[in-house]
Amino acid sequence: MATAIMHAKDLREKYLVGRNLPTIWCSGCGIGTVISATMRAIERLGLAQQETVFCIGIGCSGYSSRYVNFDATHTLHGRALPVATGMKLANPKLKVIVLTGDGDSMAIGGNHFIHAARRNIDLTTIIFNNGIYGMTGGQYSPATPFGALSTTSPYGMIEGDFDAAKLAIAAGATYVARSSTYHAQQLTDIIAGAITHPGFSVVDALCQCPNHFGRLNKQGTAAAMMRGYRDQCVRVGPTDGTAGEAAGATGESAGATDGGSMPVARVDLDRYEGTGRIPIGLLYKAIRPELTAEYAKVREATEASEA
Amino acid sequence: MPKKGLITVDLKLCKSCGICVEFCPRKVLVSEEPLLKAKVAEPERCNACQLCEIYCPDWAISVEEVEAVEAGKEDSR
Amino acid sequence: MTRRLLLGNEAIGEGALAAGVRFFAGYPITPATEIAEFMARRLPAVDGTFIQMEDEIGSMCAVVGASLAGVKAMTASSGPGLSLKQEAIGMAAMQEVPCVVVDVMRVGPSTGMATLPAQQDVMQARWGTHGDRGAIALCPSSVKECFDLAVRAVNLAERFRTPVHLLADAEVGHMREVIDIPERVEIENRRRPTVPAGDPSFQAYAGDADGVPPMADFGAGYLWHAEASTHNARGDLASTDHVAAAALNRRLIDKVNQKAKEITFYSERRLDDAEVVIVSYGVSARGAAEAVEMARAEGIKAGLLTLQTIWPFPAHLIEGLMGEGEAAAKLRPQGGCPKAVLVAELNAGQVVIEVDRAVRGRASVELVGRHDGRILAPADILARIKEVR
Repeated sequence: MATAIMHAKDLREKYLVGRNLPTIWCSGCGIGTVISATMRAIERLGLAQQETVFCIGIGCSGYSSRYVNFDATHTLHGRALPVATGMKLANPKLKVIVLTGDGDSMAIGGNHFIHAARRNIDLTTIIFNNGIYGMTGGQYSPATPFGALSTTSPYGMIEGDFDAAKLAIAAGATYVARSSTYHAQQLTDIIAGAITHPGFSVVDALCQCPNHFGRLNKQGTAAAMMRGYRDQCVRVGPTDGTAGEAAGATGESAGATDGGSMPVARVDLDRYEGTGRIPIGLLYKAIRPELTAEYAKVREATEASEA
Repeated sequence: MPKKGLITVDLKLCKSCGICVEFCPRKVLVSEEPLLKAKVAEPERCNACQLCEIYCPDWAISVEEVEAVEAGKEDSR
Repeated sequence: MTRRLLLGNEAIGEGALAAGVRFFAGYPITPATEIAEFMARRLPAVDGTFIQMEDEIGSMCAVVGASLAGVKAMTASSGPGLSLKQEAIGMAAMQEVPCVVVDVMRVGPSTGMATLPAQQDVMQARWGTHGDRGAIALCPSSVKECFDLAVRAVNLAERFRTPVHLLADAEVGHMREVIDIPERVEIENRRRPTVPAGDPSFQAYAGDADGVPPMADFGAGYLWHAEASTHNARGDLASTDHVAAAALNRRLIDKVNQKAKEITFYSERRLDDAEVVIVSYGVSARGAAEAVEMARAEGIKAGLLTLQTIWPFPAHLIEGLMGEGEAAAKLRPQGGCPKAVLVAELNAGQVVIEVDRAVRGRASVELVGRHDGRILAPADILARIKEVR
C-alpha cells in the first residue's frame, strides 16, 4: 500500500526552521534530500516531535542544526555519538537521531562509532556519506575511494577506504542499511526501519557533493552524480534472492541471557567486493541486548536488593 | 483517471541545481534563463508523481494533486 | 548525620549524589578511578546511570548529553584526562550545559607520576579550553571538603549553567578521614523556562538579569538548539555575526566573573595580625596550617588563607589581606598590611601569579613549592616563613 508522500511545503512548515532557509548547502548538494528522507520517515512513523531529538556533528551535514525544528545539539567534530549516548541513557524515552558525516563518524569520530555500535545503544545514526570533507573545502575522508582527487590527495587517494556498513556490522551495530539520494524513497524506508529498530542503527546515506568531490573528480552535475548512484548501486534484499542468506531467526529477542544473537537479515557483502557495485537496502539486522534496556534491568536488580 | 499535479516553485529557495528538471519522468520542468531556476514548462503533463518534491534538496518545489481535467477540455492553467 | 570513614574520592561521590547527580560517565585513570567505581556501584539504586565510556573525550561528551536531557551529570579524571577533555569542556561552556568535572591532580607533564600528588592543573582548569569564558574551580583540602565542595560544585554548575571544576589532588583524593554526612544538603536546580513550551517569546540563549538563560530539558517540547558555534540569543548558528559574538562572549565571561564574591569560599587561620601570610589550597594548605602553628609557637606572626575557590580568582580576598576593601573587615579587622605573602602549592608557581598580581607590590610575594611528587612538609614551609619575614 503506497503511503502518502509528505509535501515539501508541509515538511518545511512542520519540521524545519523556515526563517533560516534557504540552506547554506551548495546548489545540488544531496544533504537536503537526505534530510527530507529523514523527515518523511519521522512523519510516516508519527513520532512525537517533542520527544525526537537530534545530536549533530560538524561538517556540511552539521549545518542541519540550523534547520531542524526539534531539540537539537550541534556538537563537536566526531562527538555527536557520545553526546547522544549520554542523552539516551539519561532519558531513554527520547528518540535520539544522530546526523553525522563520513569524516565526522569514521575519522575523528571513529572510536566513538565503533563503541556505540558495540554497546548496541538505541540510537539512529545517519551518515551523510559524500566521500569528502566538504565544509573545509574538499579534503579526503576515510570514505574517499582509492585514486580519487581531493585537495589533500592532489595526486590521487592512496589510502584504502572504509565501507561504513561493514565497519558498523563488525563493530556490533544491529541494523545496518545503505541507500542514496537517487533512491530517496528507499532511503526514507530504511531510515524509518532504522528509527524503529531497538538497537544501534546505521544508515549509510550516499549523497552527492557536486561542488568539491564532483568538480575535482569530473563527475558532472548533481543529477549526473545521482545517476552515478543509480548505475553503481544494486538493490539487495529479499527481491534479489539473498533472502536465503538470512539466518532463520524469528526476530524475537534472542540470546538475552547469553548475549548472543541470530541475525534476522544478512546480506553477503563480500560478494560485491571488486565488482564496482554497491549493495543498497537493508544489509544487516539482528536482535541483541540493547544498552538502555539492560541498564534498566541493573537498576531494578539493585533497587530490589536495597529494598 | 490518471493523477494530475499542480507544481509551485519557490524561487527564493530554488538554487538552480537542475535535479528536478533532469529527473522529471514527464519532462514537465525546464531550467529557465538566465538564473536556470526550475520552471514549469508543460503543466498538463504533470501526474503528481512527486519525484521532484522528493529529490529537491531545498524544499523549493511542491506538487499538489489536483482534479484531473477531462481530455479535450480547455486547460486554463 | 551518618559518621563514616571515607576516602576523599568516595566523599566526592557521596557529595555528588547528595546534590542530585544521577549520571556519571568516566574512564579509569589513577588517582581518580575510585570515583568511577563508586558511581558504578551507587547510581543504579538511586535510578541514576553510570557508563564507562571508551575514552576521556567520550566521557565528557556523554556528560554534556545527559545534562541536556535534564539530568545532573559529572565526570572525574586526572591531568592527562583533563587535557583530553578540553574541547568538550569548551562545548559545555559554550552551550551553557551544567556539569561537574573532577580532576584529581597528579604530577605532569604528560603521563608524569600517576600515583603522586601535584597541583599543576590550576591554570589548565582556567585556560585549558580555547576561547574566553568565565571558569569556576573549587579545591578541597580534606575529606570533609571533598564532600562539601562536591555539593557546591554541582549547585554552582546548575546556577551558572557552566562546567565547574573540582580540583582535588592525589593526596586528598586518596586519604581517609572520618566525616559526618548530613541527611540532606541544600540543592540548587537549573532555572527552567517560566513560559510554556511553544511560547514564541522563549529564547534559548537570552540571559536573565544574572546573565544566565533558563534551560529547558531536551524532550520538554521547547525545540531549542544547543549550539557550539557562536550563536545569537535565539540559539541560531551565527558564526559570522560580530554583534552576536561580542555579546555572547561577554555574557559567558561576566555571568561568572561578576558573581565572584558570592562564590568565593575559603577558610582562614590567624590572619588578623599576621606579618607573614600563607595563601594555599588543597593538600598544601594542610602543611601550611601546621607550619603556621609551629611559627606561632616560636613567636612568629604567621597566618593562613586557605582558598576553596580558585576560579574566579578571589582577588578581593587578597585585597582584604592587604587591609583594604570589604574583605579586610573579616580578614584583617585590625587593619594593616602583612610584610610577606607566601603561596604554598605543588607546582612551579600558578596561584602565586594571581596572588602577585592582586597584591600589586604592597607586600613581597614568594612561592614555596615543589613538583616532585612529594607534598610540602610543615618544616619546609616554616623555613620559608623564616626567610621572608
